[in-house]
Amino acid sequence: MLSLTLKQVSLALREGRISPTELCRKCLNRIKKTQHLNAFLSVTEDLALKQAQEAEARLLQGTPKGPLDGIPFAVKDNFCTKNVKTTCASRMLRDYTPPYNATVVQKLLDHGAVLVGKTNMDEFAMGSGSTDGAFGPVRNPWSYAAPYREHAGAAPDSDWVIAGGSSGGSAAAVASFTSYLALGSDTGGSTRNPGALCGVVALKPTYGLLSRHGLIPLVNSMDVPGIMTRSVSDAAIVLGILQGLDIRDSTTVPAPSPLTELPEDFDVKNMCIGIPKEYHAPGLSEETLAQWSHVADMFERAGARVELVSLPHTQYSIVCYRVLCHAEVASNMARFDGLEYGHRSQVDSSTEAMYASTRHEGFADVVRGRILSGNYFLLKQNYQHYIVKAQKVRRLIANDFKHVFSSGVDVLLTPTTLTDAARYYDFTQEDNQTRSAQEDVFTQPVNMAGLPAVSVPTALSRRGLPIGLQLIGPALQDKKLLSVAQWIEQRVGFRSISEYGESSESKQLYDENYKCNLEKVRNGLKVFS
Amino acid sequence: MSAFRLFATRAFCGVPVKSVRPSVNLVTNDEQLCLQSRFTAVTRLFSSRPHNSKVPQVATWEPVPQDQLPTPPQISADLVDKLERLALVDFRTKQGLACLEKAIQFADQLHVVDTSGVEPMDSVLEDRTLYLRDDTVTEGDCAEELLRLSKNTVEEYFVAPPGKKKTEYISFETKVLIIMTVHYSDDE
Repeated sequence: MLSLTLKQVSLALREGRISPTELCRKCLNRIKKTQHLNAFLSVTEDLALKQAQEAEARLLQGTPKGPLDGIPFAVKDNFCTKNVKTTCASRMLRDYTPPYNATVVQKLLDHGAVLVGKTNMDEFAMGSGSTDGAFGPVRNPWSYAAPYREHAGAAPDSDWVIAGGSSGGSAAAVASFTSYLALGSDTGGSTRNPGALCGVVALKPTYGLLSRHGLIPLVNSMDVPGIMTRSVSDAAIVLGILQGLDIRDSTTVPAPSPLTELPEDFDVKNMCIGIPKEYHAPGLSEETLAQWSHVADMFERAGARVELVSLPHTQYSIVCYRVLCHAEVASNMARFDGLEYGHRSQVDSSTEAMYASTRHEGFADVVRGRILSGNYFLLKQNYQHYIVKAQKVRRLIANDFKHVFSSGVDVLLTPTTLTDAARYYDFTQEDNQTRSAQEDVFTQPVNMAGLPAVSVPTALSRRGLPIGLQLIGPALQDKKLLSVAQWIEQRVGFRSISEYGESSESKQLYDENYKCNLEKVRNGLKVFS
Repeated sequence: MSAFRLFATRAFCGVPVKSVRPSVNLVTNDEQLCLQSRFTAVTRLFSSRPHNSKVPQVATWEPVPQDQLPTPPQISADLVDKLERLALVDFRTKQGLACLEKAIQFADQLHVVDTSGVEPMDSVLEDRTLYLRDDTVTEGDCAEELLRLSKNTVEEYFVAPPGKKKTEYISFETKVLIIMTVHYSDDE
């Protein structure tokens, strides 16, 4: 039951094969069993059971609120949740409990979905591994599945692989069957990257299609809420519910049309699939390349036109992204000063000293580093040289996409990441800046241009870890994009973890759970609320 | 940078792509799939399949070489002071400085791109009329709720420690102004 898709479990609920409270309990138990993944920062057990009971009453009366009624979901810990802690995986917000819900969270609740918990991430979403949060790294569930264990041998506590980031907790939650859908956020690839590494469907919608109200901002002109599910049609259902104008976010745009179900037998014949040549970047793994080529072949055999196209400024996109991101971070992080909410230092010799020491105690090195370089780029003498220059390059990047789509290309097919998931040990040998430059290379250009993109898992690598491919479409053509994504999904036959079975080192996992809990207690987090 | 270069060299060797996968990956589980396509998928993965001619076989670009970048600027002690005041974080460590220098050097790659005649872009919604609601109060009256989030309040005020000059209570309304002064006065 736990490994079904959202659509399947929704049907099971309506047919009475399982009740919302039973389903909720199963998910909560599963969260306990998978605590070693460190995917959740808080678990909203009581609230979830109460919501599940309400859903149950509605289902019994035959008046469900829609396809999400009674469905357990998880939310990245940078979306505000009323009366539920929202930490951004930062010491700065360790005890912050928002008095309101983000619009996207509210919409899911209004449709009867059941919030089971808040998921782990990189601090303030700055990272690409979910290894740089204040409450420990997220572990990729595939680290414990048979295909990887057979390859890696028996040492799961030392050779586990990262979940990707920054929405690693959400991806791990969906992949490990603790929730049927999860919200992530995507500024430079933070939903698609962990989606690819954890083998789940990860959608970054068109900028403005989903409200950012209540999403703690990283880069206002690029942030979008992301959707993670186990199937493409599930993502379409959730998108249909979340999309549209929000009076609380003036950067939202009206949905082009109410999203109806995706066509089951979408025909790709006569479609034009673009292969951007710059997306064979230095460091692309052979296996990811092989998948890319394989799926391009599939399109060709099905009668689609596959064309090599060029997005000439791709290489500079990550540089441009870095400058704009750091500048907006410098500005957005100015709100955390210890006065109104969040951590406040004991130092009180002067306001200035309190600010500085609050920010020193509250932010880790990665965040402080971005604030500093952002302020450097924003200095009066540097503004033209860096900020305005980056904004010009941003236009060139957006124009690259515009040209390609106006030349008749329907969607672009690219890899999502350079390689499959790295071992935690290997990943942390490089610093956050270097890692982000490598990991976001294929994902952030889309954010610069505001386009929709989706990562679909296609196969396992030789190491037994998921590989994902990315589809990019023109603005507001999210539905067409998902239709093509579903076409791929139907043909690659990617299997979820449950079909391989977990390896039998359960004793070891319990030990790890114990260690994890100890670590959380030390960090001052409640283990199970 | 060096890691990138190493990868690039490897990719440029143009190693032919072979497919050696454990058989568990090959069996598809999708009930909706017809036997035909399942069979195709299996055979294709087992054979060393030809590379799709549209997908480039080797990396199409290399990182910008160091010698094309301007020499990184010296970060003077004055500048460190100024940045610390603006950012309200301290970074006067070797590591902090190195990190900033690295970020600047990375950003300098932008100057390889010719942007003459290009307008800067700050929003992807620049061509759209965005929704503006009427300028009337629609919500609020939640001062207590918001004040509860603060660690130190007196009546309806957030309490700040004494400023550098005098003790001050900062009201909810004026706080924004004061903070702006603190943050930006040095940069003018």
